[in-house]
Amino acid sequence: MTAGSQGRTTPRYRLLTAGDTALAVEFEGEVNPRLGAMILALANRLSNEKLEGVTETIPAFRSLLVHYEPLVLSPERLSARLSELMQDLEGREQVGNCWRIPVCYDPSVAPDLAEVAARTGFSCAQVIERHSAILYYVYMLGFLPGQAYMGDLPAELALPRRASPRTKVPAGSLAIATNMTCIFPLETPCGWHVIGRSPVTLWDRRRGRALLRAGDRVHFSPVSLHEYEHLAAQAASGLLDTTGAAA
Amino acid sequence: MSPALRILSPGLLTTVQDLGRPGYQSLGIPVGGALDPAALRAANVLVGNATDSGALEIAYIGPTLQVEADDVRLACVGADAPIEVFANAEARGSRRLRTMRTARLRRGEVIRVGSLARGAVLYLAVEGGFEIEPVLGSVSTYLRGRFGGWEGRALVSGDRLPLRRTKASERVECELQGVDFTAPATVRATLGPQADRFSEREIAALFAGEFTVATGSDRMGLRLSGPLLRQGQRCEMVSEAVAPGSIQVTGGGEPIVLLADRQTTGGYPKIATVISADLAAVGRLPIGAKIKFAPVSIDLALALRRQHVAELDDLHSHVVGIRLEQADLRPGLYQNLISGVVDARA
Repeated sequence: MTAGSQGRTTPRYRLLTAGDTALAVEFEGEVNPRLGAMILALANRLSNEKLEGVTETIPAFRSLLVHYEPLVLSPERLSARLSELMQDLEGREQVGNCWRIPVCYDPSVAPDLAEVAARTGFSCAQVIERHSAILYYVYMLGFLPGQAYMGDLPAELALPRRASPRTKVPAGSLAIATNMTCIFPLETPCGWHVIGRSPVTLWDRRRGRALLRAGDRVHFSPVSLHEYEHLAAQAASGLLDTTGAAA
Repeated sequence: MSPALRILSPGLLTTVQDLGRPGYQSLGIPVGGALDPAALRAANVLVGNATDSGALEIAYIGPTLQVEADDVRLACVGADAPIEVFANAEARGSRRLRTMRTARLRRGEVIRVGSLARGAVLYLAVEGGFEIEPVLGSVSTYLRGRFGGWEGRALVSGDRLPLRRTKASERVECELQGVDFTAPATVRATLGPQADRFSEREIAALFAGEFTVATGSDRMGLRLSGPLLRQGQRCEMVSEAVAPGSIQVTGGGEPIVLLADRQTTGGYPKIATVISADLAAVGRLPIGAKIKFAPVSIDLALALRRQHVAELDDLHSHVVGIRLEQADLRPGLYQNLISGVVDARA
Protein backbone atom coordinates (compact mmCIF):
# COMPACT_ATOMS: atom_id res chain seq x y z
CA MET A 1 0.00 0.00 0.00
CA THR A 2 1.46 3.34 -0.97
CA ALA A 3 1.09 6.32 1.30
CA GLY A 4 1.46 9.05 -1.29
CA SER A 5 0.34 12.59 -0.60
CA GLN A 6 -2.78 12.03 -2.75
CA GLY A 7 -3.66 9.03 -0.58
CA ARG A 8 -4.89 7.11 -3.64
CA THR A 9 -4.47 3.37 -3.54
CA THR A 10 -6.10 0.14 -4.62
CA PRO A 11 -6.54 -1.84 -1.41
CA ARG A 12 -6.36 -5.60 -1.31
CA TYR A 13 -9.74 -7.09 -0.52
CA ARG A 14 -11.99 -10.13 -0.70
CA LEU A 15 -15.67 -10.29 -1.67
CA LEU A 16 -17.62 -12.52 0.72
CA THR A 17 -21.11 -13.83 0.01
CA ALA A 18 -23.48 -13.04 2.88
CA GLY A 19 -26.61 -14.75 1.59
CA ASP A 20 -28.39 -13.93 -1.66
CA THR A 21 -29.05 -10.26 -0.85
CA ALA A 22 -25.75 -9.03 0.66
CA LEU A 23 -22.10 -8.98 -0.29
CA ALA A 24 -19.28 -8.05 2.10
CA VAL A 25 -16.15 -6.27 0.87
CA GLU A 26 -13.47 -7.28 3.37
CA PHE A 27 -10.35 -5.12 3.26
CA GLU A 28 -6.93 -6.53 4.10
CA GLY A 29 -4.46 -4.70 6.31
CA GLU A 30 -4.34 -3.31 9.80
CA VAL A 31 -7.50 -1.84 11.30
CA ASN A 32 -6.82 1.89 11.64
CA PRO A 33 -8.47 5.20 10.73
CA ARG A 34 -6.73 5.14 7.35
CA LEU A 35 -8.33 1.82 6.49
CA GLY A 36 -11.61 3.18 7.88
CA ALA A 37 -11.34 6.13 5.52
CA MET A 38 -10.88 3.74 2.58
CA ILE A 39 -14.02 1.84 3.56
CA LEU A 40 -16.02 5.07 3.77
CA ALA A 41 -14.57 6.19 0.44
CA LEU A 42 -15.89 2.99 -1.16
CA ALA A 43 -19.29 3.53 0.46
CA ASN A 44 -19.24 7.07 -0.88
CA ARG A 45 -18.35 6.02 -4.42
CA LEU A 46 -21.06 3.39 -4.39
CA SER A 47 -23.57 5.96 -3.17
CA ASN A 48 -22.54 8.45 -5.89
CA GLU A 49 -22.93 5.68 -8.48
CA LYS A 50 -26.64 5.39 -7.62
CA LEU A 51 -26.37 1.82 -8.86
CA GLU A 52 -29.89 0.50 -9.23
CA GLY A 53 -30.40 -2.44 -6.88
CA VAL A 54 -28.01 -1.32 -4.13
CA THR A 55 -30.24 -0.72 -1.12
CA GLU A 56 -27.94 -0.01 1.84
CA THR A 57 -24.27 -0.11 2.83
CA ILE A 58 -22.92 -0.62 6.34
CA PRO A 59 -19.29 0.18 7.20
CA ALA A 60 -17.42 -1.72 9.91
CA PHE A 61 -13.80 -2.03 11.12
CA ARG A 62 -12.49 -3.77 8.03
CA SER A 63 -15.49 -4.27 5.80
CA LEU A 64 -18.39 -2.75 3.95
CA LEU A 65 -21.57 -4.81 3.76
CA VAL A 66 -23.55 -4.05 0.62
CA HIS A 67 -27.24 -4.95 0.69
CA TYR A 68 -28.74 -5.32 -2.76
CA GLU A 69 -31.74 -6.65 -4.66
CA PRO A 70 -30.32 -9.52 -6.72
CA LEU A 71 -33.34 -9.62 -9.03
CA VAL A 72 -32.40 -6.10 -10.18
CA LEU A 73 -28.61 -6.25 -9.88
CA SER A 74 -26.98 -9.66 -10.27
CA PRO A 75 -24.23 -10.66 -7.83
CA GLU A 76 -21.84 -10.91 -10.79
CA ARG A 77 -22.55 -7.35 -11.93
CA LEU A 78 -22.28 -6.00 -8.39
CA SER A 79 -18.95 -7.80 -7.86
CA ALA A 80 -17.59 -6.46 -11.13
CA ARG A 81 -18.67 -2.91 -10.33
CA LEU A 82 -17.18 -3.11 -6.84
CA SER A 83 -13.82 -4.22 -8.29
CA GLU A 84 -13.85 -1.17 -10.54
CA LEU A 85 -14.78 1.16 -7.69
CA MET A 86 -11.91 -0.21 -5.58
CA GLN A 87 -9.39 1.13 -8.10
CA ASP A 88 -7.42 4.17 -6.93
CA LEU A 89 -9.57 4.57 -3.87
CA GLU A 90 -8.94 7.87 -2.14
CA GLY A 91 -9.29 7.64 1.60
CA ARG A 92 -9.45 11.11 3.09
CA GLU A 93 -9.38 10.85 6.82
CA GLN A 94 -10.80 14.26 7.73
CA VAL A 95 -14.24 14.01 6.19
CA GLY A 96 -16.55 13.54 9.16
CA ASN A 97 -17.67 15.92 11.89
CA CYS A 98 -15.45 16.66 14.85
CA TRP A 99 -17.16 16.63 18.26
CA ARG A 100 -16.24 17.73 21.75
CA ILE A 101 -18.31 15.57 24.08
CA PRO A 102 -18.53 16.37 27.81
CA VAL A 103 -17.93 13.37 30.06
CA CYS A 104 -17.84 13.08 33.83
CA TYR A 105 -15.25 10.76 35.38
CA ASP A 106 -16.50 11.25 38.95
CA PRO A 107 -16.24 7.98 40.94
CA SER A 108 -20.01 8.06 41.59
CA VAL A 109 -20.64 7.48 37.86
CA ALA A 110 -17.43 5.52 37.12
CA PRO A 111 -17.75 2.14 38.87
CA ASP A 112 -14.69 0.61 37.17
CA LEU A 113 -12.33 3.59 37.17
CA ALA A 114 -10.43 2.53 40.30
CA GLU A 115 -10.01 -1.02 39.02
CA VAL A 116 -8.80 0.22 35.63
CA ALA A 117 -6.30 2.44 37.44
CA ALA A 118 -5.12 -0.46 39.60
CA ARG A 119 -4.76 -2.84 36.65
CA THR A 120 -2.93 -0.35 34.44
CA GLY A 121 -0.68 0.94 37.21
CA PHE A 122 -1.89 4.53 36.97
CA SER A 123 -3.74 6.80 39.37
CA CYS A 124 -7.37 7.60 38.54
CA ALA A 125 -6.30 11.11 37.53
CA GLN A 126 -3.71 9.67 35.14
CA VAL A 127 -6.28 7.36 33.55
CA ILE A 128 -8.62 10.33 33.03
CA GLU A 129 -5.81 12.45 31.63
CA ARG A 130 -4.79 9.74 29.15
CA HIS A 131 -8.34 8.86 28.16
CA SER A 132 -9.31 12.47 27.48
CA ALA A 133 -6.09 13.49 25.70
CA ILE A 134 -6.88 11.74 22.43
CA LEU A 135 -8.86 12.65 19.35
CA TYR A 136 -10.77 9.41 18.72
CA TYR A 137 -11.91 8.10 15.36
CA VAL A 138 -15.41 6.62 14.96
CA TYR A 139 -14.82 3.29 13.19
CA MET A 140 -18.41 2.16 13.03
CA LEU A 141 -21.81 2.21 14.70
CA GLY A 142 -23.41 -0.97 15.97
CA PHE A 143 -24.69 -3.02 18.89
CA LEU A 144 -27.23 -0.32 19.82
CA PRO A 145 -28.77 2.58 17.90
CA GLY A 146 -26.27 5.42 17.81
CA GLN A 147 -23.50 3.47 19.52
CA ALA A 148 -20.10 4.43 18.13
CA TYR A 149 -16.96 2.31 18.41
CA MET A 150 -14.15 4.83 18.91
CA GLY A 151 -10.40 4.24 18.81
CA ASP A 152 -7.69 3.89 19.35
CA LEU A 153 -7.40 3.88 23.09
CA PRO A 154 -3.84 4.51 24.35
CA ALA A 155 -2.15 1.09 24.49
CA GLU A 156 -1.40 1.48 28.20
CA LEU A 157 -5.17 1.64 28.96
CA ALA A 158 -6.10 -1.43 26.91
CA LEU A 159 -7.72 -4.16 29.01
CA PRO A 160 -9.74 -7.23 27.99
CA ARG A 161 -13.47 -7.17 28.67
CA ARG A 162 -14.73 -7.87 32.16
CA ALA A 163 -14.83 -11.54 33.08
CA SER A 164 -18.44 -11.18 34.19
CA PRO A 165 -20.48 -8.58 32.33
CA ARG A 166 -22.74 -6.24 34.29
CA THR A 167 -26.41 -6.98 33.73
CA LYS A 168 -27.19 -3.29 33.39
CA VAL A 169 -25.39 0.02 32.97
CA PRO A 170 -27.22 3.35 32.54
CA ALA A 171 -27.56 5.22 29.25
CA GLY A 172 -24.59 7.53 28.73
CA SER A 173 -22.08 5.15 30.34
CA LEU A 174 -18.57 5.79 29.03
CA ALA A 175 -16.61 2.57 28.81
CA ILE A 176 -13.40 1.02 27.55
CA ALA A 177 -12.35 -2.47 26.45
CA THR A 178 -9.44 -3.69 24.30
CA ASN A 179 -8.36 -0.69 22.21
CA MET A 180 -11.82 0.85 21.94
CA THR A 181 -13.94 3.30 23.90
CA CYS A 182 -17.64 3.97 23.58
CA ILE A 183 -20.65 5.62 25.16
CA PHE A 184 -23.68 3.35 25.50
CA PRO A 185 -26.70 5.28 24.19
CA LEU A 186 -29.23 3.14 26.08
CA GLU A 187 -29.34 1.21 29.32
CA THR A 188 -27.78 -2.13 28.44
CA PRO A 189 -25.94 -5.20 29.72
CA CYS A 190 -22.24 -4.40 29.43
CA GLY A 191 -18.94 -6.31 29.53
CA TRP A 192 -16.83 -3.19 29.19
CA HIS A 193 -15.17 -1.19 31.99
CA VAL A 194 -17.31 1.83 32.85
CA ILE A 195 -15.09 4.83 33.62
CA GLY A 196 -17.53 7.72 33.37
CA ARG A 197 -20.79 9.05 32.02
CA SER A 198 -21.81 11.56 29.38
CA PRO A 199 -24.92 13.77 29.51
CA VAL A 200 -25.12 13.93 25.70
CA THR A 201 -27.98 12.16 23.93
CA LEU A 202 -26.24 9.96 21.36
CA TRP A 203 -29.50 8.43 20.18
CA ASP A 204 -32.69 10.45 20.25
CA ARG A 205 -35.39 7.79 20.01
CA ARG A 206 -38.20 10.32 19.87
CA ARG A 207 -36.81 11.92 16.76
CA GLY A 208 -34.98 8.82 15.50
CA ARG A 209 -31.63 10.59 15.27
CA ALA A 210 -28.10 9.42 15.99
CA LEU A 211 -25.43 11.99 16.81
CA LEU A 212 -22.30 10.25 15.54
CA ARG A 213 -21.41 8.73 12.15
CA ALA A 214 -18.59 6.46 11.07
CA GLY A 215 -15.68 8.72 10.13
CA ASP A 216 -16.43 11.36 12.79
CA ARG A 217 -13.80 12.43 15.34
CA VAL A 218 -14.48 12.74 19.03
CA HIS A 219 -12.66 14.51 21.83
CA PHE A 220 -13.82 13.92 25.41
CA SER A 221 -13.99 16.99 27.57
CA PRO A 222 -13.95 16.23 31.34
CA VAL A 223 -16.65 17.96 33.42
CA SER A 224 -17.35 17.94 37.15
CA LEU A 225 -20.26 16.03 38.66
CA HIS A 226 -22.04 19.35 39.17
CA GLU A 227 -21.61 20.32 35.51
CA TYR A 228 -22.64 16.83 34.44
CA GLU A 229 -25.87 17.07 36.42
CA HIS A 230 -26.59 20.50 34.98
CA LEU A 231 -25.98 19.29 31.40
CA ALA A 232 -27.95 16.07 31.98
CA ALA A 233 -30.92 18.11 33.21
CA GLN A 234 -30.69 20.29 30.09
CA ALA A 235 -30.49 17.20 27.88
CA ALA A 236 -33.52 15.69 29.62
CA SER A 237 -35.57 18.82 28.94
CA GLY A 238 -34.39 18.99 25.33
CA LEU A 239 -32.32 22.15 25.79
CA LEU A 240 -28.99 20.47 25.07
CA ASP A 241 -29.77 20.14 21.40
CA THR A 242 -26.80 18.57 19.74
CA THR A 243 -28.58 16.10 17.54
CA GLY A 244 -29.50 18.59 14.83
CA ALA A 245 -25.92 19.66 14.23
CA ALA A 246 -24.80 16.60 12.30
CA ALA A 247 -27.96 16.09 10.27
CA MET B 1 -64.59 8.74 21.16
CA SER B 2 -62.00 8.07 18.44
CA PRO B 3 -62.05 4.53 17.00
CA ALA B 4 -59.70 2.07 18.68
CA LEU B 5 -59.00 -1.46 19.79
CA ARG B 6 -58.77 -1.68 23.58
CA ILE B 7 -56.36 -4.24 25.02
CA LEU B 8 -58.14 -6.20 27.75
CA SER B 9 -55.29 -8.71 28.04
CA PRO B 10 -52.06 -8.39 26.04
CA GLY B 11 -51.09 -12.04 25.53
CA LEU B 12 -47.47 -13.10 25.88
CA LEU B 13 -45.81 -10.60 23.54
CA THR B 14 -48.04 -8.63 21.22
CA THR B 15 -46.33 -5.85 19.27
CA VAL B 16 -47.09 -3.61 16.31
CA GLN B 17 -44.92 -4.62 13.33
CA ASP B 18 -44.70 -3.82 9.64
CA LEU B 19 -41.98 -4.66 7.11
CA GLY B 20 -39.33 -2.86 9.18
CA ARG B 21 -37.10 0.18 8.72
CA PRO B 22 -34.26 -0.62 6.32
CA GLY B 23 -31.78 2.15 5.50
CA TYR B 24 -30.50 3.05 8.95
CA GLN B 25 -28.27 0.10 9.81
CA SER B 26 -25.15 2.22 9.43
CA LEU B 27 -26.42 4.13 12.50
CA GLY B 28 -26.80 0.92 14.47
CA ILE B 29 -30.56 0.79 13.95
CA PRO B 30 -31.87 -2.72 13.22
CA VAL B 31 -34.25 -3.29 10.33
CA GLY B 32 -36.72 -5.05 12.62
CA GLY B 33 -40.26 -5.69 11.42
CA ALA B 34 -42.41 -8.80 11.26
CA LEU B 35 -40.74 -12.12 12.03
CA ASP B 36 -42.91 -13.62 9.30
CA PRO B 37 -43.31 -10.87 6.70
CA ALA B 38 -45.15 -13.22 4.31
CA ALA B 39 -47.96 -13.78 6.82
CA LEU B 40 -48.06 -10.06 7.64
CA ARG B 41 -48.48 -9.24 3.95
CA ALA B 42 -51.21 -11.84 3.58
CA ALA B 43 -53.13 -10.46 6.57
CA ASN B 44 -52.94 -6.98 5.03
CA VAL B 45 -54.03 -8.24 1.61
CA LEU B 46 -57.07 -9.94 3.17
CA VAL B 47 -58.35 -6.75 4.79
CA GLY B 48 -57.49 -4.63 1.76
CA ASN B 49 -54.52 -2.74 3.20
CA ALA B 50 -51.22 -1.88 1.55
CA THR B 51 -49.01 -4.94 2.10
CA ASP B 52 -46.52 -3.00 4.21
CA SER B 53 -49.10 -1.69 6.71
CA GLY B 54 -48.58 -2.24 10.43
CA ALA B 55 -50.43 -5.09 12.12
CA LEU B 56 -50.32 -6.84 15.49
CA GLU B 57 -47.68 -9.54 15.76
CA ILE B 58 -48.93 -12.10 18.27
CA ALA B 59 -46.35 -14.48 19.75
CA TYR B 60 -47.28 -17.83 21.35
CA ILE B 61 -50.29 -16.64 23.40
CA GLY B 62 -52.79 -14.23 21.97
CA PRO B 63 -54.39 -11.07 23.36
CA THR B 64 -57.98 -10.18 24.18
CA LEU B 65 -59.18 -7.01 22.47
CA GLN B 66 -62.39 -5.00 22.54
CA VAL B 67 -63.76 -3.04 19.59
CA GLU B 68 -64.24 0.66 20.31
CA ALA B 69 -65.38 1.68 16.82
CA ASP B 70 -68.69 1.40 14.96
CA ASP B 71 -67.34 -1.82 13.56
CA VAL B 72 -64.02 -3.14 12.32
CA ARG B 73 -62.94 -5.71 9.76
CA LEU B 74 -59.96 -7.84 10.72
CA ALA B 75 -58.10 -10.98 9.73
CA CYS B 76 -55.58 -13.26 11.43
CA VAL B 77 -52.88 -14.98 9.35
CA GLY B 78 -49.94 -17.09 10.49
CA ALA B 79 -49.90 -19.88 13.06
CA ASP B 80 -53.09 -21.71 14.00
CA ALA B 81 -54.99 -20.41 17.01
CA PRO B 82 -58.44 -20.68 18.54
CA ILE B 83 -60.14 -17.31 18.06
CA GLU B 84 -63.37 -16.49 19.86
CA VAL B 85 -65.64 -13.47 19.64
CA PHE B 86 -67.86 -12.47 22.56
CA ALA B 87 -70.73 -9.96 22.38
CA ASN B 88 -69.10 -7.95 25.17
CA ALA B 89 -66.54 -8.29 27.95
CA GLU B 90 -69.03 -10.07 30.25
CA ALA B 91 -70.62 -12.43 27.71
CA ARG B 92 -69.99 -16.14 28.19
CA GLY B 93 -71.14 -17.55 24.87
CA SER B 94 -68.92 -16.96 21.89
CA ARG B 95 -68.64 -17.59 18.18
CA ARG B 96 -65.49 -18.98 16.66
CA LEU B 97 -63.49 -17.24 13.98
CA ARG B 98 -61.00 -18.95 11.72
CA THR B 99 -57.59 -17.72 10.72
CA MET B 100 -57.04 -16.84 7.06
CA ARG B 101 -60.39 -15.11 6.66
CA THR B 102 -61.85 -11.72 7.38
CA ALA B 103 -64.54 -11.00 9.95
CA ARG B 104 -66.48 -7.91 10.89
CA LEU B 105 -66.75 -7.11 14.56
CA ARG B 106 -69.20 -4.62 16.03
CA ARG B 107 -68.73 -2.06 18.75
CA GLY B 108 -68.25 -3.64 22.17
CA GLU B 109 -67.45 -7.10 20.80
CA VAL B 110 -64.42 -8.81 22.28
CA ILE B 111 -61.99 -10.98 20.33
CA ARG B 112 -59.86 -13.48 22.22
CA VAL B 113 -56.93 -15.18 20.52
CA GLY B 114 -55.77 -18.33 22.34
CA SER B 115 -52.49 -20.26 22.27
CA LEU B 116 -50.74 -20.58 18.95
CA ALA B 117 -50.02 -23.94 17.33
CA ARG B 118 -47.83 -24.93 14.38
CA GLY B 119 -45.96 -21.64 14.49
CA ALA B 120 -44.60 -18.89 16.75
CA VAL B 121 -46.40 -15.87 15.30
CA LEU B 122 -49.81 -14.81 14.08
CA TYR B 123 -50.67 -11.43 12.53
CA LEU B 124 -53.88 -9.58 13.23
CA ALA B 125 -54.51 -6.90 10.63
CA VAL B 126 -57.38 -4.42 10.71
CA GLU B 127 -58.91 -2.82 7.66
CA GLY B 128 -57.44 0.69 7.29
CA GLY B 129 -54.67 -0.05 9.77
CA PHE B 130 -53.68 1.61 13.03
CA GLU B 131 -53.19 5.35 13.49
CA ILE B 132 -49.60 5.25 14.71
CA GLU B 133 -46.81 7.72 14.03
CA PRO B 134 -43.95 6.01 12.17
CA VAL B 135 -40.36 6.33 13.45
CA LEU B 136 -37.82 6.42 10.61
CA GLY B 137 -40.49 5.36 8.15
CA SER B 138 -41.83 2.37 10.06
CA VAL B 139 -44.30 1.55 12.82
CA SER B 140 -42.34 -1.57 13.82
CA THR B 141 -41.70 -1.92 17.54
CA TYR B 142 -38.02 -2.24 18.41
CA LEU B 143 -38.26 -3.58 21.95
CA ARG B 144 -34.59 -3.34 22.86
CA GLY B 145 -34.36 0.27 21.68
CA ARG B 146 -37.78 1.08 23.17
CA PHE B 147 -39.02 2.95 20.12
CA GLY B 148 -41.48 2.46 17.26
CA GLY B 149 -44.85 0.76 17.40
CA TRP B 150 -47.00 1.56 20.41
CA GLU B 151 -44.84 3.58 22.83
CA GLY B 152 -41.82 1.47 21.92
CA ARG B 153 -43.05 -1.56 23.83
CA ALA B 154 -45.23 -4.64 23.78
CA LEU B 155 -48.92 -3.99 24.38
CA VAL B 156 -50.25 -4.02 27.95
CA SER B 157 -53.76 -4.18 29.38
CA GLY B 158 -55.55 -0.85 29.08
CA ASP B 159 -53.73 0.28 25.93
CA ARG B 160 -56.04 1.80 23.36
CA LEU B 161 -54.71 1.36 19.82
CA PRO B 162 -56.22 4.03 17.54
CA LEU B 163 -57.76 2.88 14.26
CA ARG B 164 -57.72 4.81 10.99
CA ARG B 165 -61.29 3.85 10.07
CA THR B 166 -64.35 4.46 12.21
CA LYS B 167 -66.23 1.63 10.51
CA ALA B 168 -65.61 -1.25 8.16
CA SER B 169 -66.19 -0.83 4.43
CA GLU B 170 -69.24 -2.47 2.85
CA ARG B 171 -68.00 -5.59 1.14
CA VAL B 172 -68.24 -9.33 1.42
CA GLU B 173 -65.93 -11.16 3.77
CA CYS B 174 -63.18 -13.18 2.13
CA GLU B 175 -60.65 -15.87 2.82
CA LEU B 176 -57.19 -16.86 1.69
CA GLN B 177 -56.94 -20.21 -0.07
CA GLY B 178 -54.01 -22.32 -1.22
CA VAL B 179 -51.28 -20.70 0.88
CA ASP B 180 -49.61 -22.08 3.98
CA PHE B 181 -47.86 -20.25 6.80
CA THR B 182 -47.01 -23.11 9.14
CA ALA B 183 -43.47 -23.57 10.45
CA PRO B 184 -41.09 -25.43 8.11
CA ALA B 185 -39.18 -28.66 8.81
CA THR B 186 -36.25 -27.72 6.58
CA VAL B 187 -34.66 -24.37 5.88
CA ARG B 188 -32.30 -23.73 3.00
CA ALA B 189 -29.01 -21.88 3.38
CA THR B 190 -25.95 -20.82 1.40
CA LEU B 191 -22.41 -21.03 2.80
CA GLY B 192 -21.64 -17.98 4.96
CA PRO B 193 -18.95 -15.30 4.71
CA GLN B 194 -16.76 -17.09 7.28
CA ALA B 195 -17.47 -20.66 6.13
CA ASP B 196 -13.73 -21.01 5.47
CA ARG B 197 -13.11 -20.75 9.22
CA PHE B 198 -15.00 -23.98 9.83
CA SER B 199 -13.82 -27.49 9.08
CA GLU B 200 -15.58 -29.68 6.52
CA ARG B 201 -16.77 -31.79 9.42
CA GLU B 202 -18.41 -28.78 11.10
CA ILE B 203 -20.13 -27.71 7.87
CA ALA B 204 -21.29 -31.29 7.33
CA ALA B 205 -22.67 -31.31 10.88
CA LEU B 206 -24.70 -28.15 10.17
CA PHE B 207 -26.32 -29.70 7.10
CA ALA B 208 -26.71 -33.23 8.44
CA GLY B 209 -27.79 -32.57 12.00
CA GLU B 210 -31.21 -31.93 13.45
CA PHE B 211 -31.52 -28.84 15.65
CA THR B 212 -34.10 -27.77 18.18
CA VAL B 213 -35.15 -24.14 18.63
CA ALA B 214 -34.01 -23.47 22.21
CA THR B 215 -35.24 -21.35 25.08
CA GLY B 216 -33.77 -17.88 24.88
CA SER B 217 -34.79 -17.51 21.24
CA ASP B 218 -36.50 -14.19 20.62
CA ARG B 219 -37.07 -11.55 17.96
CA MET B 220 -33.29 -11.08 17.68
CA GLY B 221 -32.44 -14.66 16.88
CA LEU B 222 -33.14 -18.37 17.11
CA ARG B 223 -30.79 -20.22 19.41
CA LEU B 224 -30.36 -23.78 18.24
CA SER B 225 -29.43 -26.79 20.30
CA GLY B 226 -28.05 -29.81 18.49
CA PRO B 227 -24.60 -30.75 17.24
CA LEU B 228 -22.05 -28.20 18.50
CA LEU B 229 -20.22 -26.73 15.54
CA ARG B 230 -17.05 -25.67 17.28
CA GLN B 231 -16.03 -26.62 20.75
CA GLY B 232 -13.71 -24.83 23.10
CA GLN B 233 -12.03 -22.74 20.43
CA ARG B 234 -11.78 -19.01 20.51
CA CYS B 235 -13.48 -17.76 17.38
CA GLU B 236 -14.31 -14.10 17.77
CA MET B 237 -13.35 -11.77 14.96
CA VAL B 238 -13.40 -8.05 14.29
CA SER B 239 -17.05 -6.94 14.29
CA GLU B 240 -18.76 -6.54 10.96
CA ALA B 241 -22.27 -5.87 9.69
CA VAL B 242 -24.49 -8.92 9.61
CA ALA B 243 -26.99 -9.95 6.94
CA PRO B 244 -30.51 -11.21 7.72
CA GLY B 245 -30.62 -14.97 8.22
CA SER B 246 -26.94 -15.18 9.15
CA ILE B 247 -26.17 -18.34 11.10
CA GLN B 248 -23.49 -17.24 13.54
CA VAL B 249 -21.64 -19.64 15.78
CA THR B 250 -20.79 -18.60 19.33
CA GLY B 251 -17.61 -19.51 21.16
CA GLY B 252 -19.45 -22.46 22.68
CA GLY B 253 -20.30 -23.85 19.24
CA GLU B 254 -23.99 -22.97 19.41
CA PRO B 255 -25.54 -21.76 16.15
CA ILE B 256 -27.84 -18.72 16.23
CA VAL B 257 -30.00 -17.71 13.27
CA LEU B 258 -30.27 -13.92 13.22
CA LEU B 259 -33.83 -12.65 12.80
CA ALA B 260 -35.62 -9.30 12.39
CA ASP B 261 -34.35 -7.52 15.53
CA ARG B 262 -30.75 -8.70 15.08
CA GLN B 263 -28.08 -6.20 16.02
CA THR B 264 -26.63 -4.55 12.96
CA THR B 265 -23.09 -5.77 13.69
CA GLY B 266 -21.53 -8.78 15.34
CA GLY B 267 -18.24 -10.47 16.05
CA TYR B 268 -19.07 -14.16 15.71
CA PRO B 269 -18.15 -16.04 12.53
CA LYS B 270 -21.06 -16.91 10.29
CA ILE B 271 -21.06 -20.44 8.89
CA ALA B 272 -24.08 -20.05 6.61
CA THR B 273 -26.92 -17.71 5.65
CA VAL B 274 -30.57 -18.70 5.39
CA ILE B 275 -31.75 -17.84 1.87
CA SER B 276 -34.01 -14.82 1.54
CA ALA B 277 -36.89 -16.98 0.22
CA ASP B 278 -36.91 -18.90 3.53
CA LEU B 279 -36.50 -15.98 5.96
CA ALA B 280 -40.23 -15.59 6.56
CA ALA B 281 -40.51 -19.34 7.19
CA VAL B 282 -37.61 -19.37 9.66
CA GLY B 283 -39.22 -16.47 11.53
CA ARG B 284 -42.26 -18.60 12.33
CA LEU B 285 -40.32 -21.39 14.07
CA PRO B 286 -41.46 -21.72 17.70
CA ILE B 287 -39.30 -22.73 20.65
CA GLY B 288 -39.13 -26.52 20.70
CA ALA B 289 -39.46 -26.92 16.90
CA LYS B 290 -37.10 -29.32 15.12
CA ILE B 291 -35.25 -27.93 12.16
CA LYS B 292 -32.79 -29.12 9.51
CA PHE B 293 -30.71 -27.07 7.10
CA ALA B 294 -30.28 -27.89 3.42
CA PRO B 295 -27.37 -26.42 1.45
CA VAL B 296 -28.15 -24.57 -1.78
CA SER B 297 -26.07 -22.60 -4.28
CA ILE B 298 -26.43 -18.86 -4.74
CA ASP B 299 -27.92 -19.48 -8.19
CA LEU B 300 -30.62 -21.68 -6.72
CA ALA B 301 -31.19 -19.17 -3.90
CA LEU B 302 -31.80 -16.48 -6.54
CA ALA B 303 -34.24 -18.66 -8.47
CA LEU B 304 -36.09 -19.38 -5.21
CA ARG B 305 -36.14 -15.67 -4.35
CA ARG B 306 -37.65 -14.88 -7.75
CA GLN B 307 -40.34 -17.48 -7.11
CA HIS B 308 -40.95 -16.24 -3.54
CA VAL B 309 -41.30 -12.61 -4.63
CA ALA B 310 -43.71 -13.67 -7.40
CA GLU B 311 -45.78 -15.61 -4.86
CA LEU B 312 -45.95 -12.60 -2.55
CA ASP B 313 -46.96 -10.33 -5.44
CA ASP B 314 -49.67 -12.85 -6.31
CA LEU B 315 -51.20 -13.18 -2.82
CA HIS B 316 -54.31 -11.22 -3.82
CA SER B 317 -55.21 -13.93 -6.35
CA HIS B 318 -55.61 -16.36 -3.44
CA VAL B 319 -58.28 -14.18 -1.84
CA VAL B 320 -61.73 -15.60 -2.41
CA GLY B 321 -65.00 -13.90 -1.45
CA ILE B 322 -67.24 -15.83 0.92
CA ARG B 323 -70.91 -16.01 -0.02
CA LEU B 324 -73.12 -15.17 2.91
CA GLU B 325 -74.81 -18.57 3.12
CA GLN B 326 -71.37 -20.24 3.28
CA ALA B 327 -70.09 -17.82 5.80
CA ASP B 328 -73.04 -17.67 8.09
CA LEU B 329 -75.05 -20.88 8.04
CA ARG B 330 -72.58 -22.79 10.16
CA PRO B 331 -73.44 -23.65 13.77
CA GLY B 332 -72.82 -20.93 16.31
CA LEU B 333 -72.94 -18.11 13.80
CA TYR B 334 -76.59 -17.21 14.12
CA GLN B 335 -75.98 -13.80 15.57
CA ASN B 336 -73.45 -13.04 12.87
CA LEU B 337 -75.95 -13.97 10.16
CA ILE B 338 -78.37 -11.33 11.36
CA SER B 339 -75.70 -8.64 11.60
CA GLY B 340 -74.32 -9.54 8.21
CA VAL B 341 -77.62 -9.33 6.41
CA VAL B 342 -78.59 -6.03 7.99
CA ASP B 343 -75.22 -4.52 7.14
CA ALA B 344 -75.29 -5.81 3.58
CA ARG B 345 -78.53 -3.98 2.88
CA ALA B 346 -77.80 -0.82 4.79
